[in-house]
Amino acid sequence: MKKKRYFGRAALTLLAAIFAVLFLLPTVLTITNSFMSESEINSNYGVIYKKAESSGSTYISEKVNLKFIPDKVTFSQYITALIKSPDYLLKFWNSAILVVPIVILQVAIAALAAYSFTRYRGKLKSFIFFFYVILMLMPYQVTLVPNYLVSDWLGILNTRWAIIMPGAFAPFSVFLLTKFMRRIPASLIEAAKLDGAGEWHIFTKICLPQCRSALYSIAILVFIDYWNMVEQPLILLPDSTMQPLSVFLSQINAGEIGLAFAVAVIYMVPSLLLFLHGEEALVEGITNSGSVKG
Amino acid sequence: MKKRQEQLSERTKDRLRDIAFLSPSILGVSVFFIVPFFVVVYYSLISNPIQHKFVFFKNFIALFKNSAFLTAAGNTLKFSLIAVPLAVVLSLLLAQMLEARIPLKSQFRTFFLSPMMVPVASVVLIWQVIFNYNGSMNDFLSLFGIDKIDWLKSQYAQLVVGALFLWKNLGYNMILFMAALNNIPRELMEVADIEGATPWYKFRHITIHYLSPTLLFVTILSLINSFKVFREVFLLTGDYPYESLYMLQHFMNNTFKSLDYQKLSAAAIIMALVMVVIIALLFVFEDKLGKDVEG
Repeated sequence: MKKKRYFGRAALTLLAAIFAVLFLLPTVLTITNSFMSESEINSNYGVIYKKAESSGSTYISEKVNLKFIPDKVTFSQYITALIKSPDYLLKFWNSAILVVPIVILQVAIAALAAYSFTRYRGKLKSFIFFFYVILMLMPYQVTLVPNYLVSDWLGILNTRWAIIMPGAFAPFSVFLLTKFMRRIPASLIEAAKLDGAGEWHIFTKICLPQCRSALYSIAILVFIDYWNMVEQPLILLPDSTMQPLSVFLSQINAGEIGLAFAVAVIYMVPSLLLFLHGEEALVEGITNSGSVKG
Repeated sequence: MKKRQEQLSERTKDRLRDIAFLSPSILGVSVFFIVPFFVVVYYSLISNPIQHKFVFFKNFIALFKNSAFLTAAGNTLKFSLIAVPLAVVLSLLLAQMLEARIPLKSQFRTFFLSPMMVPVASVVLIWQVIFNYNGSMNDFLSLFGIDKIDWLKSQYAQLVVGALFLWKNLGYNMILFMAALNNIPRELMEVADIEGATPWYKFRHITIHYLSPTLLFVTILSLINSFKVFREVFLLTGDYPYESLYMLQHFMNNTFKSLDYQKLSAAAIIMALVMVVIIALLFVFEDKLGKDVEG
């Protein structure tokens, strides 16, 4: 009996290992390939873009030649991406200047609203909260149309505000933060109230410190969602000079595949760093998003 | 009398403070989502924004006769019907695997969760290298004598996108399931063991009961994410994908380009209604599954 169980666990571990390899492979390959020289990438993968390119002089393998380890490790792609082609840095900046304000505004506005949903409840409040949940669950195909109309009326279409404003008011953070705040013991707030503390004082001195890890985890979740965005800029910000790197990466063409891997890695660095630093908070945040009810 | 007045004003003050806290959010949501949504409803019922003639359901009927819309809706539906159950089942399996006391659990968790943090745009290159006509997958399959497949330009295209979708989304779902699995009372399982319950019986009658709220949530979440799969398709194949990858969001994008507000509005409303119906159905279903656990 015991032997059998041991065997089962070994099999499960092996299975988990296989899955782990599959899950890590795309990321790891992207990173290792970014250290190849341009000519190596061209010869390995040039065939994908063959139709577009016919320079003839460089060697291009007939088949794609997927490699883990570069023949020669070089930082030349990074140097080109960071110094010689400011275009990519500009797009990276475009991403940052859209996403950072959204994260800050969405979390700040949500913290206020969540406090209200926590402190004062009633029929109307429950209805509004339920409405937020429904809104949160609506796909882009539904919400982008109203967003577009408003941006058009306000004259902010094709400016960064067209993406930042709807992002700032997106209900996701409100929902998640309310669930966290409702877990703060009511006695804590009541005690402060008896001591004569005002609502603002309770909010900033008791509520927010209690929610510190929640705020962090929500900020991470919001960040990765918007760092990865594609739909909104395509519709609300058609001006390609302002579009984020996520949209631009897919349009990299034959002449630049050497660079593309390095740029892709640069693009994933901020979210990977956040992940390594805040994994526990992130897991807690995800865990708490786990039920639509209550 | 005076005391009562004081109390009253105290209550008004409370209410005012409450409104002050909620107002930034409510205001923004109203301006950017609710008010324009009513306009969307209005637009869906009129002939065009210049004449404002009521045509009732004519826009909706036209949409259901529009072949581009039907293709897009069909493809999206097909994708969701296959990808969502897979996303739910596979992530539950992953969660159970990690909760089966295997070594290196937290490392595995990190590995499975990591794709969530990697922007799709960053990995599409590798995906293209693997699934290109001359790519590694065909190379690999040729070892088994399987003919070359043009993955992204054939009926297999949805498979490739599905793989990317699962790769990206399984980790998040898995975390949700792991938390739910941990909430199942251990004694209950022990009692079942003593009574000699089969693993299937335990799963069917204990695990599923306790997981039902999470099952509901993971299903809804995966469904929403499956509607977002346009992102993956766009990054992989650009504006003009193979027909089986033409998703609702492609249709919306093209309609935005032609500024056909009636069509856009009608499509958005159909989507909203479908979502509300699906969510309501899932809630009813979950109520049945999770009976006598909650409450």
